[in-house]
Amino acid sequence: MLELPAAVRGFGVTFGTIFKKVVTEQYPEDASKYPPKPRFHGRHQLNRWADGLEKCIGCELCAWACPADAIFVQGADNSAEERFSPGERYGRVYQINYTRCIFCGLCIEACPTRALTMTNEFELADNNRADLIYEKQDLLGPMLPGMLAPPHEMVPGTTDSDYYANKITGSVPEQSGPQQNNSQEGAPEQGGAE
Amino acid sequence: MTVTNHTEKTDHVNVVIDGIEMEVPKGTLVIRAAEQIGIEIPRFCDHPLLTPVAACRACLIEIDGVPKPQPACAQVLSEGMNVRTQRSSEMARIAQEGVMEFLLVNHPLDCPVCDKGGECPLQNQAMTVGRAESRFEGEKRTFPKPINVNAQVLLDRERCVSCARCTRFAEEIAGDASLELLERGAQQQVGTANDEPFESYFSGNVVQICPVGALTSASYRFRSRPFDLVSVPTTCEHCASGCSLRTDYRRGTVTRRLAWDDPEVNEEWSCDKGRFAFAYLANGRIDSPLIRENGELRSASWPEAMHFAAAGLAAAGTSAVLVGGRATIEDAYAYSKFARVVLGTDNLDFRARASSTEEAEFLAAHIAGTTLDVTYADVETASQVLLVGFEPEDESPILFLRLRKGVKKGVTVHTVGPLYSLGSEKLSAHWIKANAGSEAQAIKGLDSEVISALDSNSIIFVGERAASSPGALSAVSQLGAKTGARIAWVPRRAGERGALEAGALAGLLPGGRPISDPTARTEIAQAWNIDADSLPAVGVTGNELISAIAQGSINALITAGVDPSDLPNGSELTAGIENADFVVALENHHSEITQRASVVFPVAVVTEKSGSFMNWEGRNKPFSAAFREALTLTDAGVLSMLASAMDVQLNGDTRALRKEMNSLQPWSGSRTELKPHADSVPVGTTLATWRLLIDSSVMQEGEPHLAATARPSLVAVSSAMFEQLGKPEVITVTGPKGSITLPAQVAEVSSESVWLPMNSPESHIYAQLGCGYGEVVTVKGGAA
Ligand code: SF4
Ligand code: SF4
Ligand code: SF4
Ligand code: SF4
Ligand code: FES
Repeated sequence: MLELPAAVRGFGVTFGTIFKKVVTEQYPEDASKYPPKPRFHGRHQLNRWADGLEKCIGCELCAWACPADAIFVQGADNSAEERFSPGERYGRVYQINYTRCIFCGLCIEACPTRALTMTNEFELADNNRADLIYEKQDLLGPMLPGMLAPPHEMVPGTTDSDYYANKITGSVPEQSGPQQNNSQEGAPEQGGAE
Repeated sequence: MTVTNHTEKTDHVNVVIDGIEMEVPKGTLVIRAAEQIGIEIPRFCDHPLLTPVAACRACLIEIDGVPKPQPACAQVLSEGMNVRTQRSSEMARIAQEGVMEFLLVNHPLDCPVCDKGGECPLQNQAMTVGRAESRFEGEKRTFPKPINVNAQVLLDRERCVSCARCTRFAEEIAGDASLELLERGAQQQVGTANDEPFESYFSGNVVQICPVGALTSASYRFRSRPFDLVSVPTTCEHCASGCSLRTDYRRGTVTRRLAWDDPEVNEEWSCDKGRFAFAYLANGRIDSPLIRENGELRSASWPEAMHFAAAGLAAAGTSAVLVGGRATIEDAYAYSKFARVVLGTDNLDFRARASSTEEAEFLAAHIAGTTLDVTYADVETASQVLLVGFEPEDESPILFLRLRKGVKKGVTVHTVGPLYSLGSEKLSAHWIKANAGSEAQAIKGLDSEVISALDSNSIIFVGERAASSPGALSAVSQLGAKTGARIAWVPRRAGERGALEAGALAGLLPGGRPISDPTARTEIAQAWNIDADSLPAVGVTGNELISAIAQGSINALITAGVDPSDLPNGSELTAGIENADFVVALENHHSEITQRASVVFPVAVVTEKSGSFMNWEGRNKPFSAAFREALTLTDAGVLSMLASAMDVQLNGDTRALRKEMNSLQPWSGSRTELKPHADSVPVGTTLATWRLLIDSSVMQEGEPHLAATARPSLVAVSSAMFEQLGKPEVITVTGPKGSITLPAQVAEVSSESVWLPMNSPESHIYAQLGCGYGEVVTVKGGAA
């Protein structure tokens, strides 16, 4: 057999590939065609209860779990004037530093209230460090129908345990007025609770 | 392996713990002996400074020959005992696991919202000795969420493991026994009788020793977690007790302070002021040098302000230096040296409070240069203790705790003064009645029984108020000489004892050397590298100094941490400063003085500098900066820059100053004498007053929860005076400037005195009455 010169043989790979299906994904032009997989670890989100109160209790367990020291939390007391979450405590300051985060998801596993989850959003690049520190307002989940922006009272007649037991289905009109009654006593009644 | 302690053989027993042979002193508890060989037995109720109660049963261990597990925290070791802990005994392990399971039955799953989470003995021990899985499926006991034990301390009852540490602390250590374990069984809970607040100056300690998160403080609640705190040891700057504390901070902000362990001083306790009053460190600080231009202060650069200050001081005539009682010993030393070397003056005083010439002489004769003559340990073994012009619970709380410990061991306390206070009661003190201002007569007229009981093993404690009672210090000095009792001086502020040692008082060079003594002058001149002749002659102190400022014969001034409202003649000082040619203020907060000063230099607070405070014993308590990156200068640093702007080289580095002070030999030459001062008997009703521990002082600002635990402002009178006034609801006390009307309280007050707090809400004695301790006031029932 006649040996082809090495230079020509090399082009065999090139020509072969020209006729194969392209695997390159065009980003950003065709980004929408290739959404991330559902369990992809993207930007975090701080979730809300159905009535809009925040789930985060400022416990700092996420910050503790984080191997990259990317999270800063400072808790505070819910007061009679301003309630952000059911129960006594809420996260007053919440920051994630995306120059540090390695998207491992250990914070999500640590969170006792399911306040912290991850979205699929991955387009976080920026040209400066300061904007990569996401504050609480950048991380909080959207206001869905039936939600009311805190601060406001819990659904009248419910306790924090009802929230944790997922018995709250949405806000009720009484919650929109100025906050007056911070009592946690009393059994859950109809209305906002199941 | 054998572990031996080297003391008298006969006082020891031989025991075996987990197969390790030990020889321990008789009376040693199993849990303590195990600690010595690194065996950790779980515990909640056990605390080395409280009596054992074996309340929690977490520490069960097996002893050979004893059929049931025994609590290690209450079991005393006896000869030949063979102890097996959870490490070598299945019985002990199962017992501990069982106890832990019982404790967790009623314990809420609260960790995420509990302050103790991360430093919780229950969390930790549940992990080490508990079961991995819970078997409990019932309803847990719940209580409505936290209740206030007092304004500062909160109680989450469902978290309590009924260990009785808090109640034992309240009863055994603080003597404020209102905290009790109430109810029985699952409903057992900590509480106070009739839901009255737990009134104690030491309430923060129960938060620290509670082994779970049942007791928390309002000021720290939800602030942070232990893992994101940086902890640094420090010395408390609030009083002359000299407590070791731990400062925890996060991102440049102090989040809490805890009592640290110093067995020689505060053991493991602190008072609430030292623990909770730290907001002032950050709030309202002066952040740049200020100079006065056209009557207004404006900010200036450091070089500009230095130049301005140097020129002003050089142009002015006679100068003086007022060092408040808050300086570290190194800073006070820098002031002492700056005054003598740079300003060439001996007009110097650290007593920014009521003082007297008698006191200055007393300090020179008895106190300066005599460090560690009387110590905390001596208090426990003294035969008699006499308190003169001194209210330990308010003015040196840790000494109060030590006195209580002493009293339990048999020390007798006598207190000379106008009020038999709550504190005196807790010390079971013997009251030697004296109207305010007449202490000298009371001391001279002491019962022969008391006098004969005083011996060389007795201690006379004098407080700062003795200076307001003419002749009292002379009488104390004579009594000491006659009976051999040792004399100790307990100032209120943390910096006073050190300032005295540093020579920040006219007439005294460092180490208690009289400035009039040629040898003393030579020694100091050598250390300072100057000519002995250039050291100034004796200057003026105290009230004389303030009059000289007011009259204008002293017209340049350096002040440091002085607030005129702390002085009975504060308005005189303020007026003098108003008219002085040049005033340099080194301050971290604005005051009456900075409003009138020519130059203001901001200086570091305790978290930003290193230094040491000398406590009343004369014990040096060094501390280092918590915020090492702080850019603020110490007082000594500012003085050093100022000196070089005035062409004198002066060291401003804390460590170098400490070294320089330490290189001075103790003074062995003669001391100035305390010439006997005459006593005066005031005619009429006299004012008895002192500063309560928790009051309106500037260093306690910004702490609403602490302020809410203060004792109420009341006027206390004797029952006879109360009757005489017609049993009024309120009493009005009037002085030269005005009156104070407060609710009346009948108390054990001497017949010719009336007591009210010196600087509490609605009771600011100097500002409102215009007179001080021991002065004559008029008392009237009802409002003014
Ligand atoms: S994903 Fe991992 S690295 Fe990122 S914040 Fe969470 S724990 Fe930290
Ligand atoms: S996000 Fe979750 S883990 Fe983090 S502080 Fe909030 S509640 Fe705690
Ligand atoms: S409150 Fe704390 S210290 Fe007091 S008994 Fe309960 S667990 Fe013990
Ligand atoms: S007793 Fe004095 S030194 Fe100790 S914590 Fe209280 S104020 Fe500070
Ligand atoms: S530690 Fe021994 S019974 Fe509590």
